Amino acid sequence: MTDFSNRKPETGAFFPRDRGWHAPGLTPGYKTSVLRSPQKALLSLDGTISEITGPVFGHSMLGELDNDLIHNFAKSGESAIGERIIVHGRVLDERARPVPGALLEFWQANAGGRYRHKKESYLAPLDPNFGGCGRTITDENGFYSFRTIKPGPYPWPNGVNDWRPAHIHFSVFGHGFAQRLITQMYFEGDPMIWKCPIVATIPDRAAIEQLIAPLDWANTIPMDARAYKFDIVLRGRRSTLFENRMEGN
Amino acid sequence: MVQSLGYLKETPSQTAGPYVHIGCTPNFADITGVYPSDLGSSMVNERTLGDRITVTGRVIDGAGSPLKDALVEVWQADASGLYNSPAEMRGTADPNFTGWGRCASDGQTGVYSFETIKPGRAPFRDGRKMAPHITFWIVARGINIGLHTRMYFPEEVEANAADPLLMRIEHRHRVLTMVATREGSVYNFDIHLQGEKETVFLDI
Ligand SMILES: [Fe+3]
Repeated sequence: MTDFSNRKPETGAFFPRDRGWHAPGLTPGYKTSVLRSPQKALLSLDGTISEITGPVFGHSMLGELDNDLIHNFAKSGESAIGERIIVHGRVLDERARPVPGALLEFWQANAGGRYRHKKESYLAPLDPNFGGCGRTITDENGFYSFRTIKPGPYPWPNGVNDWRPAHIHFSVFGHGFAQRLITQMYFEGDPMIWKCPIVATIPDRAAIEQLIAPLDWANTIPMDARAYKFDIVLRGRRSTLFENRMEGN
Repeated sequence: MVQSLGYLKETPSQTAGPYVHIGCTPNFADITGVYPSDLGSSMVNERTLGDRITVTGRVIDGAGSPLKDALVEVWQADASGLYNSPAEMRGTADPNFTGWGRCASDGQTGVYSFETIKPGRAPFRDGRKMAPHITFWIVARGINIGLHTRMYFPEEVEANAADPLLMRIEHRHRVLTMVATREGSVYNFDIHLQGEKETVFLDI
């Protein structure tokens, strides 16, 4: 367990999710969603202790190279091929407060757009020095960073000629299971973002733009790696001030 | 103009895609040597208190086929009904129980499985006791935003009948979609994404 003892654990229920901001379940342009989306209304309920609590992960579980995809799968003395980048940002909640101790797991294709996966059929080659996974935990102010290579775009079977823009997948744990989130980060200036049926599942352009990381020139390391900034916002929770005390408190 | 509330919008969800296992269960995906083991692969140890159970099942699509690329996560209270979380203010949960598990569906059969313990009862917001349950979160290719649901226990007939969440389900025959079937210590819980048997999913 990570101890952020300067801050009392919060037990308020989470703000209701703005379902109109997220993609709906059924998005026929993304064909796989057709048979995998619930058709009945969700049962809406204020969070209970089963959702406002969640697992917490300590920094001690992290290996030294967990946040370095350039090296964490590479043979000793070698490194992954591709454009070297640093991805960094903060995890905040909807009240704009930092989320410390958030576990982030990320995965991506290699510089040629190929995943290291047995079901992957794209003809781009594997990079023997690139595995494609990494993880980190935010610090006490919600900051995180990791080093990787810029993933390549890749084609996928959906429409006849659909391609994914370059992207990094993120899985995020906040402080409550109701905050659980999986999303994808895109790169500023990529024209393919606006051609992608998976991106287009999100109805609001402003919401899509929340997934596009700007080039952060100021943080670029000369002669080494460019930086991209990607902030992540998790559901906020009501202030405990406004909560009825739960039994036993 | 009035003052701004200053709230941010939640980062929009995107599908976990077909390669979620590279990031979340890399050893399962044959990417070895990066992490010593996959997170969430073990919830219990020899000293965990409570009745040992197996929870297993499949995630089934609208055509009746089990998903072979799903990722299932569970979160539950310990045997005395306490959560192993800093937000648990009622006491300290069993330190030998993580409460959280993660499992990839089998690539051939689509079966997921957790070795865990039967949870105790935790209170609803108003203090009424909820029936023992396990919280589920399901992601996969084709699922745009992770699906929350719960598994309840078939032998808890009275507790289930008085459970504040189950009581909210308007179409009563759908309550059964949240109740596992049992054979000894093995609970089977199939999750149906669509159709007549569609599981009740939660916006919670
Ligand atoms: Fe991808």
